[in-house]
Amino acid sequence: MSAIPQLQAAQPRRGPGLRHMSPVTRRRLLWGILFISPWLIGFVAFTAYPVIASLYYSFTDFNIINRSPNLVGWSNYVDLFQGREDSWKSMRVTFRYVAMLVGLATVFDVFIAMLLNMNVRGLSLYRTVFYLPVMVPVVAASLTWVWILNPSHGLVNGILARIGIDGPNWLASERTALFSLVIVSVWGSGRAVLIYLAGLKEIPQHLYEAASIDGANPWRKMWAITLPLLTPQMLFNVITMTIFSFQSIAAPEIMTGGGPNKATLLFGYQLYRVAFERLKMGFASAMAWILFIVILVLTIFMFYGSRNFVHYER
Amino acid sequence: MTAAAARRSATDWSLISQRLGAHLSLIFFGIIFMLPFLWMVSSSLKPSAEIFEIPVRLIPKTFAFTNYPDAIESIRFLRYLANTFIYAVGLMIGAVLSNVFIGYGFARIDWPGRDIVFIIVIATMMLPAQVRFIPLFITYSKWGWLETFAPLIVPAFFGNAFFVFLVRQFMLTFPRDLDDAARVDGANELMIFWRIVAPLSKPAIITIAIFDFMWGWHDYINPLVFLRDPDKFTLSVGLRLFFSQYGAEWALLMAAATMFTLPMIVVFFFAQRTFIEGISFTGVKG
Repeated sequence: MSAIPQLQAAQPRRGPGLRHMSPVTRRRLLWGILFISPWLIGFVAFTAYPVIASLYYSFTDFNIINRSPNLVGWSNYVDLFQGREDSWKSMRVTFRYVAMLVGLATVFDVFIAMLLNMNVRGLSLYRTVFYLPVMVPVVAASLTWVWILNPSHGLVNGILARIGIDGPNWLASERTALFSLVIVSVWGSGRAVLIYLAGLKEIPQHLYEAASIDGANPWRKMWAITLPLLTPQMLFNVITMTIFSFQSIAAPEIMTGGGPNKATLLFGYQLYRVAFERLKMGFASAMAWILFIVILVLTIFMFYGSRNFVHYER
Repeated sequence: MTAAAARRSATDWSLISQRLGAHLSLIFFGIIFMLPFLWMVSSSLKPSAEIFEIPVRLIPKTFAFTNYPDAIESIRFLRYLANTFIYAVGLMIGAVLSNVFIGYGFARIDWPGRDIVFIIVIATMMLPAQVRFIPLFITYSKWGWLETFAPLIVPAFFGNAFFVFLVRQFMLTFPRDLDDAARVDGANELMIFWRIVAPLSKPAIITIAIFDFMWGWHDYINPLVFLRDPDKFTLSVGLRLFFSQYGAEWALLMAAATMFTLPMIVVFFFAQRTFIEGISFTGVKG
């Protein structure tokens, strides 16, 4: 991520062509290319070619059955913007999902990391407890949560029943289904807790001592020192979480099938269904490109928008 | 009591109450975080008569250990387990061989254009998997790969942006003189890589190996899209299939989920430091 500013630094060196290079530079170039050649080959075969092919398919009526796709111009994109295959609905659901997940996970993970950073005894045990859900394979986790959230025999409503609350039908009610998916993801977000904890450990102690001398209370220290100095980790976690959660397929596929009434029809999952269940590969390719553009724009937006409040100076 | 001592004992008290508050909150949330595990294991041990009993109990009245052999039999567990293992180990081997080599090219050799190529490496991380799925599916079907493990394992031998990044960051921390001295002695890049840099990169290699093993064990989407032969299904796909066919067999499903998760928990406890350092490292440098 920090590679972006290097763009300017690298450009002047591109100047001389192969013939004008000194023998030493040329030899370095050849060795460099040799070492990265597995990546280069893989990039062409498994990234560059699929990306170009996908762009081409998005302008065709390609489905597995017609072996020779016809160019149809922009019509897939036009249909997409007119809401074909629930495009708008699923995009709205996805934005709501990502916003809820990133918001809730950030607040919760920072909170837990700050508690862990208070020199508590048994740190490694607590750290393990919050990280362990990350180790559960997504299918095992999703199935377990379907069972936990079972309306009449599940753990959550079982506990609620003991204190006299009639729990909702979590995954089958339009009001709670998307939120349930968010809860499962927050449960599995322990990786971010470790990143925040590492960030907290790097904050120089003398800042807090200086603040104490000035009479700052813990609340003030948190807002004036801890949170501002944690913004690089926040930016990293928010961006990676956004990129990954926009692509979610597994959780909705296993837990809700996109329902009830399309309330959890995440865009990445709907794309998978259009491509591999309805076999509309051309249309799905257009969806994939829209997804890519949305992720790209959001990432750039967060990256540049954060410049005014992310502190890197330590 | 002097004013200073009074102030100190006051801060002691606020410190103690703060720590107590921290402990209580951590215990509260910690129990909530552990409940899904307890529920999974508890359900896996309940006889089928008890699993739908109300009120819900966390500790079974009678333990039905037979759920485990039953799950192994009815879910084709051993076949899927073997396939999952093949996938995870294949990924691990491919990732270790390729990324350390590629990382050297980005970290230890200063060649023109390197930084621009590295930005492309990083940029590929933003590409959603969905963009590549469809063309790769078509390509693999043309190559006759859909009946094999090749679509899952072969790409790992060509590097992965995240691991290349990790290895590069790690190798950048070695002093420059290390390989310069060897170059003066007439060693070429391959010898420096093999004799000096690769052995020093052992922590990064272990991190990659464990992460990719875990990734192969967890992965659901790639097997779902690219595996067409039921004999090649991994545990992820196999459990999902069983769930869609016999949704209400919760005791068997939870027994299978427990067995599916257990190796990851074991890996975590053996490699705890690798996980914690690897993650903190990427986060802070990112």
